[in-house]
Amino acid sequence: MNTVLDFCDRCGKAKTALPDDAHVACAEARALEPPRYCVACGRRLIVQVVPRGYSARCSRHGEVG
Amino acid sequence: MTDVLDTLDVLATAREQVLEHGRGLSEPDLSRVLDLPDDRLPELLQLAHDVRMRWCGPEVEVEGIVSVKTGGCPEDCHFCSQSGRFDSPVRAAWLDIPELVEAAKETAKTGATEFCIVAAVRGPDERLMNQVRDGVKAIRDAVDINIACSLGMLTQEQVDELAAIGVHRYNHNLETARSYFANVVTTHTWEERWETLRMVGEAGMEVCCGGIVGMGESRAQRAEFAAQLAELSPDEVPLNFLNPRPGTPFGDLPVLDAKEALRTIAMFRLALPRTILRYAGGREITLGDLGTREGLLGGINAVIVGNYLTTLGRDPADDLALLDELSMPVKALSATL
Ligand code: SF4
Ligand SMILES: [Zn+2]
Ligand SMILES: [Zn+2]
Repeated sequence: MNTVLDFCDRCGKAKTALPDDAHVACAEARALEPPRYCVACGRRLIVQVVPRGYSARCSRHGEVG
Repeated sequence: MTDVLDTLDVLATAREQVLEHGRGLSEPDLSRVLDLPDDRLPELLQLAHDVRMRWCGPEVEVEGIVSVKTGGCPEDCHFCSQSGRFDSPVRAAWLDIPELVEAAKETAKTGATEFCIVAAVRGPDERLMNQVRDGVKAIRDAVDINIACSLGMLTQEQVDELAAIGVHRYNHNLETARSYFANVVTTHTWEERWETLRMVGEAGMEVCCGGIVGMGESRAQRAEFAAQLAELSPDEVPLNFLNPRPGTPFGDLPVLDAKEALRTIAMFRLALPRTILRYAGGREITLGDLGTREGLLGGINAVIVGNYLTTLGRDPADDLALLDELSMPVKALSATL
């Protein structure tokens, strides 16, 4: 069963499928990017970027971040 | 030895022709500028800055942008995460009118005079034109800010309608040199883009047209692009640096070297002494925090503040503090109306 933080919110891959350090670059890139994948289920998020923020929604888990 | 003489010549030419007389350099001279050795870069940036101060003044135009329709675009621009043809993580989404007005208000709070409504489309359909019509009206009723649009390729009727509802500037980027365009986009042509820009200018809207540097084009093609923009003579040129997006055909291209980016900025200023030259996407990853300062002292006189369409930007407060420190006042609304 998946638990929270099973998926990388930038590349969408299951965290256990790659070595831990595989997502260091993802985390760095996230400083200037909104999340793109749900950390709970790995689905692509519906993201809206606005001048001073963003919103991100998973069709299964609702609003995230 | 000839190289050194060429180098001296091109900066001397630029001083006389661009700084003194306000006439942009020719394409061969722009190429020479890009081939200057690294140790001439400070001198080049200073000259570009002098040209900007002389022909544009110290003001900086501040703009915010927002995506009214994100993702799912049928076109195949190879740099773009919003094309529906690539395996990109960006999903289609629409902004409603209250969200659009809120975004314009947030933008105006930063002191920005420009708010640009952008849609990821080949050109507007009826649904988008309705959304834009309602959005422009709602923003004009609630916020004191100039409204620009970027909605792809337009028909003559759409051009006329946007002008009639008070859109004061239209953005449509040629993206790259004519000779390189087919390497970047295959679903439409450079000439089709040019046609929209021609109609926009004739309808009396301000023309905003720029592109992206670092997509694999040569230096000569960057010079070619700047010369082609000079021929178009747009009111504004937004300069983007490729931010390679996962899943796009250009997703694995390297980020442009910072010195090369600064050299390119200066070259564009020497091609277009009077235009609004705006830092657009990619400045954060190409140039880092210091780069914003160096660009503003090397020919840039406009910035996009806050977030971009699908990626995030610096805190607007950092940009505004920097402008203050550089004694570059934010251009006021009254000066642009
Ligand atoms: S037309 Fe615009 S939104 Fe569509 S793929 Fe090209 S750059 Fe992206
Ligand atoms: Zn990852
Ligand atoms: Zn989910």
